This record gives sequence, C-alpha cells and structure tokens, in this order.
Amino acid sequence: MLTAASVPVLWRLARLDFDQVRGQPVLLYPEGALLLNPTGAAILELCDGRRSIAEIARMLGERYGADVDADVAEYLSRLAERELIHEA
Amino acid sequence: MKPEAAGRPTTLLAELTHRCPLHCPYCSNPLAMVGADGELSTDEWTRVFTEARGLGVLQLGLSGGEPLARADLDALAAHAHALGFYTTLVTSGVGLTRARAEALRRAGLEHIQISIQDAEDEAADRIAGARAAHVKRAAAAIVRELGFAFSINAVLHRANLDRIGPIIELAASLGADRLELANTQYYGWALANRHSLLPTAAQVDAAARVADEARRRYRGRMQILYVLPDYYEQYPKPCYGGWGRTYIVVAPDGRVLPCHGATHIRWMQFDTVRDRPLEWIWSESSAFQAFRGDDWMLEPCRSCPRKTEDFGGCRCQAFALTGNAANPDPVCTLTPLRAIVDRAVEEASVPDAPYRYRVLADVRAAGPSA
Repeated sequence: MLTAASVPVLWRLARLDFDQVRGQPVLLYPEGALLLNPTGAAILELCDGRRSIAEIARMLGERYGADVDADVAEYLSRLAERELIHEA
Repeated sequence: MKPEAAGRPTTLLAELTHRCPLHCPYCSNPLAMVGADGELSTDEWTRVFTEARGLGVLQLGLSGGEPLARADLDALAAHAHALGFYTTLVTSGVGLTRARAEALRRAGLEHIQISIQDAEDEAADRIAGARAAHVKRAAAAIVRELGFAFSINAVLHRANLDRIGPIIELAASLGADRLELANTQYYGWALANRHSLLPTAAQVDAAARVADEARRRYRGRMQILYVLPDYYEQYPKPCYGGWGRTYIVVAPDGRVLPCHGATHIRWMQFDTVRDRPLEWIWSESSAFQAFRGDDWMLEPCRSCPRKTEDFGGCRCQAFALTGNAANPDPVCTLTPLRAIVDRAVEEASVPDAPYRYRVLADVRAAGPSA
C-alpha cells in the first residue's frame, strides 16, 4: 500500500520511451505497452527511486500551478497494482 | 482501410523458424510446419521489423520453434534494438551458450523468456520429448548473470498442474523477474493431445489457489501471471484484444497472421511479406479484415453487452470446435455450443494416454497447406 511517504521506482523490467510513430510517450515492459498522456509521463519521469510521492506531487503541483496530490497518488497506486512500479 | 482506421498494432510475434530441439505435445505451432528452406532470410526479417516499427509496433517477440536455431539471431536482435522495440527472446534455453548470450547482450536484447516444462527433470524431459531440463537451468544462470530481464514460462496441463507449487519455487530459485503460468490452450498440437493434457476441475481449483497465494508472497520480487484454462471459465478470452486490433504474427515463411492459431482456420488465405508490404496486409488483407468490428458476429454475440470486452472469444477455437469461425467461442456459457466444451471436459480423463509429440517431419507428410 503506497502512502505519501512511499518512494516509487519503475519496475526493473519496464522502461519509459517516446513513440515517434504515435508522437506519444509509452511505458514498455514484457508483453505490454502503456500509451501515456503527458501528465502520466511527467509523473513517471520523476519516479527515480529517491523522491517520495509527496515530493513528486509537490514538484508537479508547482509546475502546473494546481494541487495534484490526489491525482499523483491515485495514478501511482494504479500502476503499483499492476506491479509496474514498486517501492524503492 | 488506412492504419488510422484499422488502429495501430502494438505487438509483433516473429516466428523465425519452426525448427526446435523439443517436441512438446502442446506446441502452439501448426501441425504442418515450415522447413528451414522455406524461412525468410535475414534481409527479409529486418525489412519486416522496420515496416512493423513504422506501423506502430512497440513489442517484438523473437520466437519459433526455437529462435536460437537461426544463426543470424544476434543480427536480428541488433536491428530490433536500433529500431527501439522492447524485444523478448522466447526460447527453450537449449542452445543458449554463454557466447551466444553475450552476443545477444551486445546486440541490445533486453528480455529473455525461457520455458520450463516441470519442476522435476524426469517429468520435464518426458513432456519435452528431449533431455533438456538441466540445459535450461544452465541457460537460466547465464541469463541471470548477464543481467537480462528474465521471464520463465511454464505451460500447465494434467501431468504437471499438481506441481505448480514446486514449479513456482524453481522459477524463483532460477532468479526469474517474472513467471508466466499458462494453462494449455487447445489448438494445433495441444488439441490433438487434449485427451492427455486436459486437467480435472479439482486440479484447476487447487492450482488457482496456490498461484494466488504465491502471487501475493512474491510480490515485488517475482511477478506471477496465472492464465486460467478457458475450458473451465464461464466466458471466453478476448483474442489478443480483438482480431486485427493490436497483434501480428509473422510465420517463418513470411505469412502474416492475426494470431498464431489462425492457420487452423482452413479456408483463410494469408498474404506474405514476400509479396506485400506489412502495412497493406495489416490494413487491407482479407485475413485481417475477416473478424474486425462486429458485423461478422452471430447471436448471442451480436446483441451481447460483453462483445466489446471479449469480442466473441477466440475465432480459431470457434472454428476448431464447431467448423464455423464466426460462431461464438464454445467456451462461453451463454451459447448452446458450450455443450461441446462440457463434453470434452467429461471425456478428457483418459489415464496415461500417450502423447503425440511435435515433430517437424510431419510437415511433408501433412502437405504445406494442411
């Protein structure tokens, strides 16, 4: 169960990429590809295994000028459920 | 239909060869296979990969048969890497020497999936029809040591389902990042051997509990994927997210298939990458158009709310079991055709029935288009 203090990191087998054909960021992993919207990609780019979810949400909140805490937490929880991110 | 209208594929399975040192009686290859002299050349495969990337494919499976039977495998892997695919080598592990694994690592290959047949060597070698279990363990150690992303795949059936626990422990001890526990799907060789492969309902229930417990216990260390046997399900599987929606298979001779079982639909014609660009085949060919959308559906699929989830199930299974590929998948309990599957389950318990092993030599006997 992730909390604001959790430090998320991408699964060892997953990698972020940019698909030139679709002009869209993607998360690639064995037997799967997740097409990402720009916000999803921005969240995952900050999952470096050092920052906490609270820090990631704060950085994005500043970037977008909005409170994104709940959105970031929900997005990462969904990916954790699919085992695409883990706690570092 | 342009790619925009057909959607873009995400996955290409390249069946580089049908040659294989194993003889597993549940092999997903067709009964009539392609010999070495019919296989696409290195240049043809690299052209297919380039066309696939242009079409939007992100995931590439280098499969077979045994893909290590191709001497040009590292060249193909290097080309795939340069194109930016997430590439998986789908191998038995037989032939994966340190030198070849290092060459594949240098080529940029990311992910290797090795099959295991059972937790015990003797039982594993019996189903594989070859002494391979100890070779696979050695290959797994090399894969682990060289730092590849590493999956293990175990096909489950009556003879090994009760050992699902030890199979999971073996995969963990070999250092797998990911374990696919896949109940046998009954097409091709597996359909021919269904009477000796189909497990009992009690086996299936017990195994599901073991897999579920292990999935929780290994969370964060080894991802466990458990594929249910569809004969014991209420509703059919969505066939690769729907016919011609995301998935492409290229057979060793260049025929392009909407799924690896599609050759079982005997009337279907397949275009080949030797004659046509991959984009045309994806967008326009009769095989890929055959079951797109829902105009082809019969009742009860046509008016069923589930049709956008499971797309009426598997077309190859509908053809294999009913003779009409447009029928509902007989696994579905909403169709009277379900009686066919129920009967198969009832009749399946033939103790110690001999396997019909996969052999490439059957190719010529069966003829090229059987």
